[in-house]
Amino acid sequence: MSSSSDSPILTTPLNALHRKLGAKMVPFAGYDMPVQYPLGVLKEHLHTREKAGLFDVSHMGQVILRGDGVVDALEKLVPGELRALKQGRIRYSFFTNDQGGILDDLMIANRGDHLFLVVNAACKVPDIAHLTAGLPGVEIEYLGDDRGLLALQGPVAATVLARFIPDVATMPFMSMVSADLKGIPVTIARSGYTGEDGYEIGINADRTEDVARLLLAEPEVAAIGLGARDSLRLEAGLCLYGHDIDTTTTPVEAGLTWAISKRRREEGGYPGDAIVRRQLAEGATRYRVGIQPEGRAPAREHTEIQDAAGQTVGEVTSGGFGPSANAPVAMGYVTAANAAVGTSLSLVVRGKPLPAKVASLPFVPQRYYRG
Amino acid sequence: MTIRFTEDHEWISLDGDVATVGITTFAQGQLGDVVFVEVPEAGRALTKGKDAAVVESVKAASEVYAPVDGTVVEGNQAVVDDPSLVNSDPQGAGWFFKMTLKDATALDGLMDQAAYDTFVEGQH
Repeated sequence: MSSSSDSPILTTPLNALHRKLGAKMVPFAGYDMPVQYPLGVLKEHLHTREKAGLFDVSHMGQVILRGDGVVDALEKLVPGELRALKQGRIRYSFFTNDQGGILDDLMIANRGDHLFLVVNAACKVPDIAHLTAGLPGVEIEYLGDDRGLLALQGPVAATVLARFIPDVATMPFMSMVSADLKGIPVTIARSGYTGEDGYEIGINADRTEDVARLLLAEPEVAAIGLGARDSLRLEAGLCLYGHDIDTTTTPVEAGLTWAISKRRREEGGYPGDAIVRRQLAEGATRYRVGIQPEGRAPAREHTEIQDAAGQTVGEVTSGGFGPSANAPVAMGYVTAANAAVGTSLSLVVRGKPLPAKVASLPFVPQRYYRG
Repeated sequence: MTIRFTEDHEWISLDGDVATVGITTFAQGQLGDVVFVEVPEAGRALTKGKDAAVVESVKAASEVYAPVDGTVVEGNQAVVDDPSLVNSDPQGAGWFFKMTLKDATALDGLMDQAAYDTFVEGQH
């Protein structure tokens, strides 16, 4: 076995609550996290799509950047449009390497006197090293275990949260404010990673369980684990770092060019920009696509993808059963010639080629708040 | 009727010459929501400890192994059509396949209910 079991497992501010709620706990990105509650992954998934799910995402990295010129400095590390990012607004972006590969994907909020970043749990240590090396003169504050983060997601998330903070009902998608929730200072971002409307709520660690309990006491809200979080984001066509995107995949290959603004496409100015711009101009050799298996058998990560002639043309990067799609769903990379929606493919599951087609993403329509 | 259990959490119940095989209540609980099942076709020869069927939950795929040597008589189409039967009635309607045994005494090498219950206790 690897030595990873030697490193101490970290806990979030909700660890005791998860156990009280009967969660099945698993190690995830170095944390002891709930994979599911007694409701089970299938019902947790459907509950989030129908009502509202509460997710503990405190394991993710929350980082504050302060200093003169911080916006221009961070633009040297990400291809996102930050100069035009208005105060109170959020952008999805990614750190790139010199090959145009993705080191991590992240959310960046302009909070007026600082930038607020949320990065993946498994990447936060290298991310902070990357920021430290890349942003000389910028103050980098990692909030670490002092800060909890909850995600409230689903079609009634706004109704529920507005009972506590009425103004959140009309917050624009991808905006962020500070607020007061029953006397507890919180940050509220209208964002999430399930394809549903919802919020991410930042709270000091010592009050995180109080906020979780207030929200869970609302009749529409159920605690949801990592299992359903994964199936929700897969149906929504959203990339999971380390699976659908990593250091070997570029934003163009991953279908994330929408996150690179016109100015940044023209000017570049981030690691790997020459490769990304060349792929934007000439096309990449492979692309991330949605894959719809035609039968009932799920195709898991690393399933080989073949074309109609039996040639290997790619690999599944995320796959499983989609409870809302009520069918198996998958994403993966295929050669450019096989990336068009409707292309017939075979998925080699347990040695047998099973028919599938390239599908448009998302599998389940996204329902973000559009005002 | 004799019911026996494997360390891989299959159950096998012999009634006359034909045995029925499925996964245990404990196993379905560990798997979670079952969303896909593949059962063997009639006539297929099975070898003890080798793949016989497939069960997939929302998160993971698992193999169902043959508890003993024998030949498939019937796969359960009902669990193929409705995999949730494996969760709701694992040791009843959620059976996977029926088989004839190469050697009926092979069941003697498997755990009885009491031994399996003790074995499962040790899995927690």
